[in-house]
Amino acid sequence: MDTTLILKFLTTPWVFAIWTSFLKSFIFLNLVIIVVSVTVFAERKVSAFIQDRMGPNRVGIPLTLFGGKKDSFFFGLGQMVADPIKLLTKENFVPAGVNKFYFWLAPKLVMIPPILVIAVLPFGSTLFGLDMTIANLDIGVLYIFAISSLSVYGITLAGWASNSKFPFLGGIRSSSQMISYELALGLSIVPVFMICGSLNLEEIVKWQVVHGWLVAPFWPKGFTLSSLLHPADAAHAFASGITFQRLLLWVPLLISFVIFMVSIFAETNRLPFDLPEAEQELVGGYHTEYASMNFALFFLGEYAAMFAGSGAIVTLFLGGWSLPLVPDGSHGWYWGLVNIAVFFAKVSLLLLFMIWIRWTLPRFRYDQLMRLGWLGFFPVALANIFLTALILAFIRS
Amino acid sequence: MAIVVNRPKLTLAERLYLPAVLAGLAITWKHLKRALFNRGIVTMQYPEEKWDANMPEWYRGAPTLVSDEHGKDRCVACQLCEFICPPRAITIKPMEIPADDRWQKVEKRPEEFDIDMTRCIYCGLCEEVCPEQAIFLRKDYSITGLSRAEMVHDKATLYRLGGVMKGLVFKWNELK
Repeated sequence: MDTTLILKFLTTPWVFAIWTSFLKSFIFLNLVIIVVSVTVFAERKVSAFIQDRMGPNRVGIPLTLFGGKKDSFFFGLGQMVADPIKLLTKENFVPAGVNKFYFWLAPKLVMIPPILVIAVLPFGSTLFGLDMTIANLDIGVLYIFAISSLSVYGITLAGWASNSKFPFLGGIRSSSQMISYELALGLSIVPVFMICGSLNLEEIVKWQVVHGWLVAPFWPKGFTLSSLLHPADAAHAFASGITFQRLLLWVPLLISFVIFMVSIFAETNRLPFDLPEAEQELVGGYHTEYASMNFALFFLGEYAAMFAGSGAIVTLFLGGWSLPLVPDGSHGWYWGLVNIAVFFAKVSLLLLFMIWIRWTLPRFRYDQLMRLGWLGFFPVALANIFLTALILAFIRS
Repeated sequence: MAIVVNRPKLTLAERLYLPAVLAGLAITWKHLKRALFNRGIVTMQYPEEKWDANMPEWYRGAPTLVSDEHGKDRCVACQLCEFICPPRAITIKPMEIPADDRWQKVEKRPEEFDIDMTRCIYCGLCEEVCPEQAIFLRKDYSITGLSRAEMVHDKATLYRLGGVMKGLVFKWNELK
């Protein structure tokens, strides 16, 4: 075979798009799975630390198996490998009396949506001139909402197909939870589009590169690394970024940030809104009857949803892959890698925050959650849209 | 009469939840920070650290046989413990003490004395019933084995675990 012919074929636009997409999906998915397994471990470790315990610290490298004198505990990091092995090798038990088809289908329905959501997240700027988004959709945010709200079907279906009381209650709670936060979730970020003028996640990130992150949009124009050499000028330039108009815009953005954040917690079934699971009340909630890999899929789905949710928050409000004074991938491939690292670092910090919240707050009752959603967040989010419109009209007039 | 529960009037800050959430986060952060530097953790790392020094004298661990300060094995194979043992964990095969033995006047001693630790319930009835103060529940609590056979303590093991117990029974002394 002629190598030039292969090269020519690989660089044909549509072939190039296909194989690079596959490559990006493969790498990004694997990174996500790694982050998920680390998150599961971090969850156990952080929860232990918050409760003055040690957490898993025994599973390490079994040196004695290879003739070593002592096992190395390695901070218990071997737990990350041990957990999946345990789940994979257990018997996949299906109780009698369940609706088999839906019982098998439900875990997959929980696992698929977060993975699909991850496809539109821009996890880096560019690498070798290649866009670091698997699918650069113009309706990115709408796609996220459309897909991520599907995962509730999996949970409800699991609750119903299990043909048992506790999963059933979990499923009911899940659907009641969805109708209470979904509206607020959608409405809360309308101000973001009004300000950025785009639904495309990459465009939103690029807006934030110029104007500063949406939680604090005070980035001065033309502020670069070289201007830091003159502290007085730098301070002056920095102060020029904080204008009255931007301070006005900050108010609705902060409101949407808080509402969006809380709604994402509800969306990912994390405490204080983990009503469908509620171990203390509902045994295991919707996955009470599940075992082995079916259970693991629920578990993976929950943590992948955490990743997708954090990714959405980071992209929409926390500047995505951007970090002040760090150039994007067009300045060299190493900066592209730095941008990817920044995205993952931000998501990891947010995941840690989610864990931290989980071990701090008690669970809401589901009537409380519905009241919070319908009487609290929904009107506030709606009013916030009008507030943003007024401020924008004032600024642009 | 019905009890009237007064609902407290909440301020705006209390109804917003957020200050309470932040206060909670501060508390958990304090614990997290302390634990990160390995302080404030109350977990005992079991096989490396043990609580044995704090165990009370009357702790009922594994039953053992004891010898006295003259090197005499106390058990006289009366089999009372075997009969009283609720889960029938004890099996004794008595034998006659040969005439040339220093303790010939005791007449009987166990040839085999087995306690099946998979059956033992640590009730302490054997210790209570023993007329010779020969069987004691000592402080061993971690009895392990890789097979059922390994979990049966034979005479040698029992005397090894029991050690020496002074005094208490003097009737077999040579002077008496």
